[in-house]
Amino acid sequence: MRYLEEVATLELDVTRCNGCGMCMRVCPHAVFRLENRRAVVADRGACMECGACARNCEPEAIRVRAGVGCAAGVLTGLLRGTGPTCDCSGKSACC
Amino acid sequence: MARGDLSWTDGTLDTEAGSVPRARTRLDLRDRLGAVKARWGIGRMDYSVSPGLYAVGSPGAPSPVLVSANYKLSFDGLRGVLSGRDAWILVLDTHGINVWCAAGKGTFGTDEIVRRVRGAALDRVVHDRVLVVPQLGAPGVSAHLVRQRCGFRVVYGPVRVEDLPAFLDAGMTAGPEMRQVRFCLRDRAVLIPVELVMGAKYALLPAAAILLLGGLGSDGYSLARVRATGLPGAGLILGSFLCAAILGPTLLPWLPGRAFAIKGAALGLALVGVWAILGWPGMSAPVSWLHVAAWTLIVTAMNSFVVMNFTGASTYTSLSGVLREMRFAVPAQISGAVVGIGLWLTGLFVRGGGGT
Repeated sequence: MRYLEEVATLELDVTRCNGCGMCMRVCPHAVFRLENRRAVVADRGACMECGACARNCEPEAIRVRAGVGCAAGVLTGLLRGTGPTCDCSGKSACC
Repeated sequence: MARGDLSWTDGTLDTEAGSVPRARTRLDLRDRLGAVKARWGIGRMDYSVSPGLYAVGSPGAPSPVLVSANYKLSFDGLRGVLSGRDAWILVLDTHGINVWCAAGKGTFGTDEIVRRVRGAALDRVVHDRVLVVPQLGAPGVSAHLVRQRCGFRVVYGPVRVEDLPAFLDAGMTAGPEMRQVRFCLRDRAVLIPVELVMGAKYALLPAAAILLLGGLGSDGYSLARVRATGLPGAGLILGSFLCAAILGPTLLPWLPGRAFAIKGAALGLALVGVWAILGWPGMSAPVSWLHVAAWTLIVTAMNSFVVMNFTGASTYTSLSGVLREMRFAVPAQISGAVVGIGLWLTGLFVRGGGGT
């Protein structure tokens, strides 16, 4: 199953990459591949912007606006006047 | 530390850093009933275990340390695959939220890992200073920062807990298939109950409104019409919601389009098609075409909205994508619902209150 292509905010600065392969290990959608000991974005359209790669990239070669792709969270954020959120202050329905 | 319900333990284990409860690896009826309740959203936010260190089997200094969340469904999933093994389980305080969602919020994160490693004096319990963290915890955890701050090396385990034994047996290595999330029929089906429970508010309120408004007509308000028009109308709203919440997740890969709002709208139109083929049950004769148009808009808008909200439960939607689809979908859904209800009300007066 694939979602909207060409929307992900993922950016990889190959010049900073040290080829450790951590992004490949943490990505749940096989977005990265190693080529000549450097990471490349092999499948940008599959990126769900979870942010695991950027958080685990020691040389800080990866940037992405991490968030949760949740329409209810976006609506909650709009109603509360905050950004998109899946945080719930109460004990009610929450993911 | 007070640990609450420990019915799923069978004693304690003495370690260099004190006594540690030992978790059983066989889930009993109580655990399974608890899982069913949580899936239906009953007490889901309180279905937790106390954070801290636990033992499985008879672990010692060389045994692996497996990190988990304190949502009991997550913890049970983990201990359930460890039968016959010796391991430590380090439970983080994620406020009773599962690993992936908690990682997105940051509660399953670097700070909490470092705090729990120190709190459990883990460096006195194990030799290897390795933590096996579920891969889906990675959005909240910086492996290199954990190492810098407490000296423990993070090894990311597989996405699915059932792959964990194979991962451990393979010397803590995971093949590509262990690293990818899926969203197969079974994964989607288990989410349906909570979709029904959490989405019910979107259906019950409009259904109640339709029920009451159904009494309106050019000759004033009539209770007979509430029964003849309002009641079937409320039924249509509830039926439409049930279809969206059950068929949406079930048929997700086969519904046309990428955007969930489009998939939902397609499902809504298909439902109207089926309704037409069945001869518009619930609609009083002669069929009001104003009301056919009204219900087509309402059912389509509602299905679009309910399926769009399933993005949060899916495993592959991005925030950018959701924002993109909502930019066109939400105005369309609101317009559809408003115009639909307008047409439906007009129909009540035009026909003197006839029709659903």
